[in-house]
Amino acid sequence: MSFPAAARRSLADSQMRHNVGHAVEVIRAKRERAVAELSDWEALRTAGADVKARALVTLPEQLERLEAEVARAGGTVHWARDGAEANAIVARIASGHGIDEVIKVKSLTTDEIGLNEALAARGVAVTETDLAELIVQLGGDRQSHILVPAIHRNRMEIRALFERTIAPGEALGDDPRALAEAARTYLRAKFLSVPMAVSGANFAIAETGTIAVVESEGNGRMCLTLPRVLVTVMGIEKVLPEWRDLEVFMQLLPRSSTAERMSPYTSLWTGLYPGDGPEEFHLILLDGGRSQVLADEVGRQALRCIRCSACLNVCPVYERVGGQAYESIYPGPIGAILTPQLSGFHDGTTLPWASSLCGACYEVCPVKIDIPTVLVHLRGRVVREVKSPAAPEAMAMRGVAYALRSRRRFEAAQRLARLGRGPLANAALHRWTAMRDLPEPPGQTFREWWSERPIPPTHPRQQ
Amino acid sequence: MSTARADILAAIRAAIGPVPVPGEVDRSYRGPWAHAPDVDLFCDRVQEYAARAHRTTRSGLDAKLHELCGERTGVPAGFPFPGIEDELLDVQTLSSLDTVLTGCALAIAETGTIVLDGGERCGRRALTLVPDHHVCIVTTSEIVASVPDAIASLDPRRPLTFISGPSATSDIELTRVEGVHGPRRLDVVVVDERAGG
Repeated sequence: MSFPAAARRSLADSQMRHNVGHAVEVIRAKRERAVAELSDWEALRTAGADVKARALVTLPEQLERLEAEVARAGGTVHWARDGAEANAIVARIASGHGIDEVIKVKSLTTDEIGLNEALAARGVAVTETDLAELIVQLGGDRQSHILVPAIHRNRMEIRALFERTIAPGEALGDDPRALAEAARTYLRAKFLSVPMAVSGANFAIAETGTIAVVESEGNGRMCLTLPRVLVTVMGIEKVLPEWRDLEVFMQLLPRSSTAERMSPYTSLWTGLYPGDGPEEFHLILLDGGRSQVLADEVGRQALRCIRCSACLNVCPVYERVGGQAYESIYPGPIGAILTPQLSGFHDGTTLPWASSLCGACYEVCPVKIDIPTVLVHLRGRVVREVKSPAAPEAMAMRGVAYALRSRRRFEAAQRLARLGRGPLANAALHRWTAMRDLPEPPGQTFREWWSERPIPPTHPRQQ
Repeated sequence: MSTARADILAAIRAAIGPVPVPGEVDRSYRGPWAHAPDVDLFCDRVQEYAARAHRTTRSGLDAKLHELCGERTGVPAGFPFPGIEDELLDVQTLSSLDTVLTGCALAIAETGTIVLDGGERCGRRALTLVPDHHVCIVTTSEIVASVPDAIASLDPRRPLTFISGPSATSDIELTRVEGVHGPRRLDVVVVDERAGG
């Protein structure tokens, strides 16, 4: 479905609009306070952008260092060209241990590659342990926000869902506290017994082989600590070169994401540690279209993204349509530039237009991704590479190029523009003028005025 | 060598092309000033997460811990306060504890964070995760000013856990609920080493 069609569907859902509108307003205000506290915020953003840009142009070296360090600390590193390969590796690890149930830390990357469905198809049951992801999973639903994926659901719906699924026969009430308690009870049994967990990674440090997961609920700590086998799936762009780079991102991420000074829990681990945590650790490095994104010098900055969701919360388009209209695990402004690129322009080719180019996303981005510039760049790529040469934009641009090639044609075009104003243009361009006003062409062009002007008397040149 | 590995590295190299190696990262965010760790700030920030911060001295510590800890209190093996020592207790036993009492590797004033590193004062990760109540002793000399100061003095080879308040979720209508899967209550006991008595 195109973005305009999906957006129209979302706009009809008043519950979703109300919940998303409220959520972004609250988080936006909180983020401003959290960011204002740090006098060096702009310098941190610059450092964040620099570190990531540096990691991307030295990516082969960083990945090789990461691989060596993880292996040195007792972990096993796997490489996956695409999602299907990554999913098969996870499934193979599970079946190698005779495991038919895994628990999961919230991870956008594993959602991107459809890991849950792939494992289910191979007879491995997956339980999401983040509260919002559990709500989405139990309801067969789709995420509407990166940080709070079930924000489109209200407490009554969640209560009914839980009473139908994880707490049958119980009367939970509408209090979020009671609903969270029901999830705690249900998941605790899983944490204490399920032998394998799958996580994503917020960061991976090439220098030391350390992986970082930032979270709030403690479900991440449970998954990273208690099961015997831990598998982490990370996109290759998550790597940071040096240990000290963490000091930048552990300040940028929480304040941009949950708008806190620090998220409740950040877990850092390096391979295996005797007597503490899993006995087996696998790291899967996923390409999944990322190397092709790197080839676009303008578009590649999208790979700096640390998935904080600050750009969603300030986007006037996202605020109104919510995350589901983007039909991708990556919604909002970042999704509009990431989804088309990751899919090689198979998906989301209308997404680069899902923006008013107001630039608010760029201002809040902790790694200074210039989203408006990338949007405009991708619009060009879609028109040149994806759309047919008969598409209206392509034809219009060819027309303009033709007219601008000679003075005679340009002047004729100007006269035509004056004639063509009004009902004629509105009829021909009704889809464009429905949302915009055509500029009023002047009664006389500069060129016409110049050629008709009275010839001024020539002044004698001063000697 | 796996072909996936070779293919991915080759695809990345082809995509990047010959790019000059970038210069050093500008670390001016660290500023020219040196912050002194601020104990009052640390305590305030801990409280803002809906955790409790308590100030005490060496001599007042025992009484404070007795007041805070439940009947069945777990401690890391060899910990200098009495309790059920964690000799690889199974998760059911950990789950049945009222309280877990530990020290920390360091604490961060600016963010109100305690950091555990799996050392003998902190215990292994499961010990401070499964019980419902965590009491953490922080001596004032363990408090650093900022996140960069913390990163600089931690050992990345150890399993590290940064804890900023009790576990929390805002997933249902953005209503904050404290205490989901990690300990639902966190008490931070700050021991002032400079104070007399």
